[in-house]
Amino acid sequence: MLAIGTQAPDFELNSTPDQKLKLTELREKKVILAFYPADWSPVCSDQMALYNETLKLFSKHNAQLVGISVDSKWSHLAFSESRKLHFPLLADFEPKGQVAKLYGVYDEKEGLAQRALFVLDEKGIIRWNYLSPVGINPGADGILDALESLDKVNVLQK
Amino acid sequence: MSTLLKPPVNSNDHIRGNSNAPLELVEYGDFECSDCGRAYPIIKTIQRELGDDLKFIFRNFPLTEIHPHAVNAALAAEAAALQNKFWEMHDIILQNQKSLESEDLLFYAETIKLDPGQFISDIQDSSLLAKVEADFESGVRSGVNRTPSFFVNGLKYEGGREANELIYYLKSKLSELRSAF
Repeated sequence: MLAIGTQAPDFELNSTPDQKLKLTELREKKVILAFYPADWSPVCSDQMALYNETLKLFSKHNAQLVGISVDSKWSHLAFSESRKLHFPLLADFEPKGQVAKLYGVYDEKEGLAQRALFVLDEKGIIRWNYLSPVGINPGADGILDALESLDKVNVLQK
Repeated sequence: MSTLLKPPVNSNDHIRGNSNAPLELVEYGDFECSDCGRAYPIIKTIQRELGDDLKFIFRNFPLTEIHPHAVNAALAAEAAALQNKFWEMHDIILQNQKSLESEDLLFYAETIKLDPGQFISDIQDSSLLAKVEADFESGVRSGVNRTPSFFVNGLKYEGGREANELIYYLKSKLSELRSAF
């Protein structure tokens, strides 16, 4: 997986059937990239349902969460509506897993993204990463710790 | 990821059982979550089995988007706590998880003999919502990743959620504690 301190490679993926999201559009904000294996699977649903509830904690740190999997934009739409998700799910669908590969978190054997987290600072530099065992929901505490540290550093630099 | 209960059990918590018990079981739960409903009789069994060796603590972890009644139910329990009946409300809600509309909660308040006027006024008090949200945030910071999540003597419990598995774990923890003295 891409190391801490590296510039996060830019990408552009569908966030809805007719809209695309480019990573660089999120500059000025911290970004949480949550790669996950699949819409609908039980562990992912727990993880996304949890993040849906922690969005307000993320936004206190000026951070935007995006989920990324190899599912199609139509699957994402149905999944997102079913779970009432309030953050974008990006479709790393064609070429399949291209962005997950770019970040070094693609499982070639299964053909799925691994369960991996990246926290980017306002300049798009990776400041924290975490690869979770595939069957385990990593929770949100690591993300919040990372966001808190980034805020402390920002204060020191001012 | 985190495995440590933050903050530790304190005077803001609802504690059932012997407050000086050597074993401390904390549940982060959502009153509308079916797995929490399944855990309810299991916890009762565990409490009977371990008696004065166990204290049980419940903290709120409502997942509001998938469980639209969870926050109101949590507020009802917190409002009941102000009349010293948290556990009565906790129990009646978990026994009736399918009926958590406002009128149901008011009916439960009547059933457990709360002062209804006081209950209605307390349930709208913003400090109760702040308490529920603080519980949720403490759960997130402690690494809660599903409901129910359990902590035993401050450490996240990752084992099975059946009564025998929990009892086995708690009893082995107890003998570990006793042999340390």
